[in-house]
Amino acid sequence: MSDAATPRFSDPFFAGARACIPVVISVAAYGVVWGVLARGAGVSLLEVIMMSGLVFAGSAQFVALDLWTTTPATLPIGPLILAALIINLRYLLLTATLRPLFRPGQQVKGALTMFIVSDETWAITLGAMAKGRGTAAFLLGGGVLAYTTWLATTVIGHTLGSAIDDPRSYGLDFAFTATFLVLLLGMWKGKGDVIPWLVAALAAIVTAKMIPGSWYILIGGMVGSLAGAIADKVRHVD
Amino acid sequence: MWTSPEAVIAILGMALVTFVIKAGGLLLANRLPQHGFAAAWLKHIPGAVLASLVAPALVTGSAAEVIAAAVTTLVYVTTRSLFPAMAGGVLAVYLARLWLAA
Repeated sequence: MSDAATPRFSDPFFAGARACIPVVISVAAYGVVWGVLARGAGVSLLEVIMMSGLVFAGSAQFVALDLWTTTPATLPIGPLILAALIINLRYLLLTATLRPLFRPGQQVKGALTMFIVSDETWAITLGAMAKGRGTAAFLLGGGVLAYTTWLATTVIGHTLGSAIDDPRSYGLDFAFTATFLVLLLGMWKGKGDVIPWLVAALAAIVTAKMIPGSWYILIGGMVGSLAGAIADKVRHVD
Repeated sequence: MWTSPEAVIAILGMALVTFVIKAGGLLLANRLPQHGFAAAWLKHIPGAVLASLVAPALVTGSAAEVIAAAVTTLVYVTTRSLFPAMAGGVLAVYLARLWLAA
């Protein structure tokens, strides 16, 4: 098959997939762990495939296992959906920053592409955007790799059962922190970043101590970015 | 047991709210003005979100996380490349945890 018709799509698509390989290794480790835990919680293989394939949200899926029951009649449908909503609220901030990837006329395409966004591929794409290499195809390449990896490894974990170690025993949990830290460092543009980053970090630390779950990402991101915008306004930048 | 109607409804509901939020962030951002305060706010979201992702992990973890973060930063500043920095951080946290546990 000739690539001549779509050279501008396949290049960034595979570049995105390649760039996401480091974080996808961690995604794979957590996928296996989630699959093992899902089996223990009484989630069937078909339900694993449906949840990983349709919901595709790691932290929401981990929380769902706490709420899951083996008897369908007692399954807390409302709390499961509400928990997914609350845990994923942070994506409002994440996908808002992907606006430059789509032209004003591409709103439907953009909205559909957002299905494949996860924290990790968002972060890598953002790093590429800062270097002028981030495109919708780049995001999609990383997203498809992360999606297929998540789907496959959760199924593998469910099938293998309990023969798997905790990723923390290999330090793999730190891969996420390290990736986010590196992307943060790469985003440094000058002292205008001091206020939003410091405010965000402090707000996130306080929130994480006070409220369980992933609220700290949403609250830290919201408070920090507003502080940055206010600081810009005071200094008459923009 | 393959599945149940209750489980299918729950999973479809979870999938729907997750997708609506993900698409909603992009669509809402499209409605914000390209200049002024809203644009400045959007511009600061990535750094603020990344800082929020990193900070609690470093404060609430053990000394191993702080050491590994320092190694990650050092490798990144030297190489300006993500993969060695991430690998260095993972290796550092692995060794530091072994060392701290010993």
